[in-house]
Amino acid sequence: MAESYRRSRWSNALFVAPYLVVFFALLVFPLFWGMWLSLNKVDLFGGGQFIGLRNYARVLSDPVFHQAVRNTVVFVAVSVPTLVGLGLFLALALNKTTRGSSFLRGLYFSSSILSVTIVTLIWRIVFIPNDGLMALIFNVLGLEPIGFLSTKGWSLFSVGVATVWWCIGLPMMLLLAALQQIPADLYEAAALDNAGKWRVLTRITLPSIKPTIMLVAVIQIVMQFQLFGQALIMTNGGPAGSSRPIVMYIYETAFIRWDVGMGAAASELLFVIILCAAMFQYWISSRKEVA
Amino acid sequence: MADRSAFSPENLTANRTLFWIAAVLAALMLAPVLWILGLSLKNNQDLMHGTDAVFRAPYTLKNYADILVNSQVFGWFLNSLIVATGQTLGVLTLCSLAGYAFARLEFPFRRAIFIIVLFGLAVPEQAVIIARHQMFNWVGLHNTHIALMLPGMSSAFGVFLMTQFFNAIPKEIDEAAMLDNTSQFRIFWKVLLPLTLPAQATLGIFTFLLAWNDYWWPLISATKKEMYTLTIGIASTQTNFAQSEGLGFLSAQAIFASLPVVIVYIFFQRHIVTAVSGGAVK
Repeated sequence: MAESYRRSRWSNALFVAPYLVVFFALLVFPLFWGMWLSLNKVDLFGGGQFIGLRNYARVLSDPVFHQAVRNTVVFVAVSVPTLVGLGLFLALALNKTTRGSSFLRGLYFSSSILSVTIVTLIWRIVFIPNDGLMALIFNVLGLEPIGFLSTKGWSLFSVGVATVWWCIGLPMMLLLAALQQIPADLYEAAALDNAGKWRVLTRITLPSIKPTIMLVAVIQIVMQFQLFGQALIMTNGGPAGSSRPIVMYIYETAFIRWDVGMGAAASELLFVIILCAAMFQYWISSRKEVA
Repeated sequence: MADRSAFSPENLTANRTLFWIAAVLAALMLAPVLWILGLSLKNNQDLMHGTDAVFRAPYTLKNYADILVNSQVFGWFLNSLIVATGQTLGVLTLCSLAGYAFARLEFPFRRAIFIIVLFGLAVPEQAVIIARHQMFNWVGLHNTHIALMLPGMSSAFGVFLMTQFFNAIPKEIDEAAMLDNTSQFRIFWKVLLPLTLPAQATLGIFTFLLAWNDYWWPLISATKKEMYTLTIGIASTQTNFAQSEGLGFLSAQAIFASLPVVIVYIFFQRHIVTAVSGGAVK
């Protein structure tokens, strides 16, 4: 009887059918339709006209897009090492079973559950030029308060502060999980050798969790390349586009200017960037299994 | 030899200095929230003269009362609740059925289909959102609750998670049921599904938070004010921000809107951490 249960049958596929309908209708089809749109001249009223790669040429020659790519790359290059480094520090500091550590772990993760709207609302109020928490602190320190969100150079930095505050929970939790999987006998051997804490950290702990550190870094690269809501709400990409990320460029092109084809082309370009990062992530995690 | 715990991994990685640095950083992290909480308890007029008024009495709950009578905010709250609940139920149904089939049943192209679904994990939202917007336009579904719920149900993550959970259930359990000649659907419904309740909770809470916090899709799909979700609605009230006018009210909105997820988080922290880390943290 168990044999007949195991037998391959079309009727068994009925269990996956409902999901597959939604999956193909709302993920697979839009994915390919988006590629098709990027090859067409499409506006608000539809009306596709095939124009080949001209949308891509327009995006790639658009100085606004260049600026958005620069902003995004700078943002990723600064925020990802910060998130991984801080996450690693917190994981090492809070890798204990005490109540205090467990409370702090919960606290550090708690910001991750808030919506981008709440996070940005909180930080906008903190960054208000004359009355914000930052301005008060600057006043106390005798410094001239800065218009954090309206000053070139500071606006992207401020978006980054809010982002790190929002996203720090996941790297910490993933690294904690890795720390807990290090076999205890490695440490016992080190203790018998009278190895100092620093040596234990650099010779045992860090090498053991290296695959996870790489994994966390790649997850963060993929996530931070998709920076959108924080920039849109906090700075609206300003001043003078100095904090506009790629996703915001896509949003403005497709849904504000309704140049749908060009927006689709920009989103395909970003998809390629993210896919490269995701494949890199897959490559790392498959290497982890071999090791 | 001293007691064994001296050699435990945690003693050799964590130390007190690190812990206290982490505690101080946590206080810094909490400072903005306490600042907002303080502002939300102040009369808007008092804050006009300078926000340092937050350090002095009197405090008031008037801003929170204003939210409750402000039907707009409450309507957005209801929209969020409907959308997040609907999407969660949809995801749980679709993913449980699919997870069961991928883990337990044989059907043609099972492996190939599963791999295609896994590829779905790598598709970021911006690669599909423009086409999705056009599709919902074709069928005239924008500004409906259904339109806000549906896209989230295509996520491959839930299928992946449920397949893992069904795989973790010992096969002997359904084999015993099979000897009683029970139908596949009954085995799924009566025998295995009850065993996946912790997994359902994990995926359910995770989906609920994701739907509750969704930003981009509701931003372009729900364009009528009465169809806003709380996330979009609150973003829309943040215009005219530079003046500290209504700062207390804005702060109260931030606290009010985060209250549901914070409560969910306090009660279900373990489930959320498990789901977010893809089952890596137990």
